[in-house]
Amino acid sequence: MRTVDELDTVSRTTMDARARSGSTRGRIAKSLRELAAPDKVFPALAIVLFFVVWEIVCRVFNVPVFILPKPSEFLGVLIAKWPAILPNAIQTLYTTIVGFALGVLVGAAIGACVGLSRFVYRVTYPLLIGFYSVPKIAVVPILVIWFGIGTIPAILTAAIMCLFPVVVNVATGLATTEPELEDVLRALGASKLDVLRRVGLPRSMPYFFASLKIAVSLAFVGTVVAETVAANIGIGSMMILASSTFDVPLVFAGVFLLAVLGVAMYAIFALIERRVTFWARRNADVAA
Amino acid sequence: MTNGIGTAVAAAPGDRDADDVFVDVQNVRLNYQVGDDSSTLALDETNMTLRRGEFVAIVGPSGCGKSSLLKLASGLRRPSSGEVLVGGSAVVKPIKIVGMAFQNPTMLPWLRTIDNVLMPLQIVEPHRSQFRAKKEEYREMARGLLAEVGLAHFADKYPWELSGGMLQRASLCRALIHDPRLLLLDEPFGALDAFTREDLWQVLQKLWMERHPTVILVTHDLREAVFLADTVHVMSARPGRVLTSHRVDIRRPRTLDDLFTDTASQLVHELRSHISHDRGV
Repeated sequence: MRTVDELDTVSRTTMDARARSGSTRGRIAKSLRELAAPDKVFPALAIVLFFVVWEIVCRVFNVPVFILPKPSEFLGVLIAKWPAILPNAIQTLYTTIVGFALGVLVGAAIGACVGLSRFVYRVTYPLLIGFYSVPKIAVVPILVIWFGIGTIPAILTAAIMCLFPVVVNVATGLATTEPELEDVLRALGASKLDVLRRVGLPRSMPYFFASLKIAVSLAFVGTVVAETVAANIGIGSMMILASSTFDVPLVFAGVFLLAVLGVAMYAIFALIERRVTFWARRNADVAA
Repeated sequence: MTNGIGTAVAAAPGDRDADDVFVDVQNVRLNYQVGDDSSTLALDETNMTLRRGEFVAIVGPSGCGKSSLLKLASGLRRPSSGEVLVGGSAVVKPIKIVGMAFQNPTMLPWLRTIDNVLMPLQIVEPHRSQFRAKKEEYREMARGLLAEVGLAHFADKYPWELSGGMLQRASLCRALIHDPRLLLLDEPFGALDAFTREDLWQVLQKLWMERHPTVILVTHDLREAVFLADTVHVMSARPGRVLTSHRVDIRRPRTLDDLFTDTASQLVHELRSHISHDRGV
């Protein structure tokens, strides 16, 4: 058990560190402390543990490589074949980002139209649900007929995938503006455009950024799905080629790479969301 | 009904000097469309006049169309029949000389308190076109106003860092920043605890005495009405009409102690009995 004196020292040390946090040393110390915080350490441990258990299971039960390769095997392949994999990764990333940007732009525009007018909302809602229910992979053959095999069907599939979360969230954000707030501005003679600019748009930002995180993951799914069906380059296409030659470790290397890219993109947009819409999460960690 | 406490006043226009009348509600009926073919009558043959700079409180059972009356006065709604005149001309669209505050303070959470207070200046002319040029001047004005309501140190905080009472103070500042000639308050203190509410009565009285806007205050709280208003109008249950009006003859500035005098308590009691009677209790 700690004595009161010791506790006092501890708290004083923390305070000193806070006071120093403006300096470089303080900042480094602070970020190290943050990295070592239990809420950061345990998720990292969970990931490591997952791969360790996988490795052990494969070794203990002697699982054949063409069924389930060991993490050490596919990570080795990933490093060994990196020069060949890199162009595929770049292609997939490029396709995803372009498709994502397209989907978000169109989605935000549609969402704004739908959210601003109750009439448009009611009229288009069943249609939107209909589009939403169609498995997006069913659209790929049509896109191939229209645009041929290559990057364009993949970009469009990615765009279609991330369209709906953006539409729904932006529409919801705009449609749920407090009527009293609108009254305050309208009583001053504010136009519909004023209300949109001052209230509607800022208010729908948390919804919009929340949808971006989901949309970027879905854009990845769309890209890879299209690549597996209708492309000659990209991680999806690489995995199909690898599976046809029973190069199972390379297939898993592709899956692993997709997971890493997906998490990275998600993290980037989660970070942007935190920065831009800090006010929506209220006092939680803003005050700190 | 003249008993020296509250003087019953006739609500008919023309009773007073015509130049003095600022808001004139004449035979107003208001129908709310409910569903496709049924409608509710919210206000029926309502008449009310406010002198320039008068502080009027409207009390009545809930659902009696008190809030509808505010919407009519601000031009957010048009009456089904009758007319609302403000400053001598009929209200047909939102009039820009209005400041509003509600029970819900509706501060924008992404703006600091001072920027919330400045919002009306970015909407209403002539401030709107001068906003960039006079930004510093306007900010000083907003800071001054916030200081007056005791929020000097909270101007740069976000609304969610403020308590309910502070938010309502900020909401009053936002309603007053553009120096409106007509201030419409819809149960602004309804959600606050009793002590905070009494603080805010005094804040509001001070602001009103300095700026003298014409005020319509809708409230459930009869003591609030008596403390703040020059005239208290009692409305009937739906469809709403003005049942009776009482002048409150207590000198200003009023203090909370004034509420415990016989004059004030008798008036509160009398208002209470009007409302009870109307509800059939």
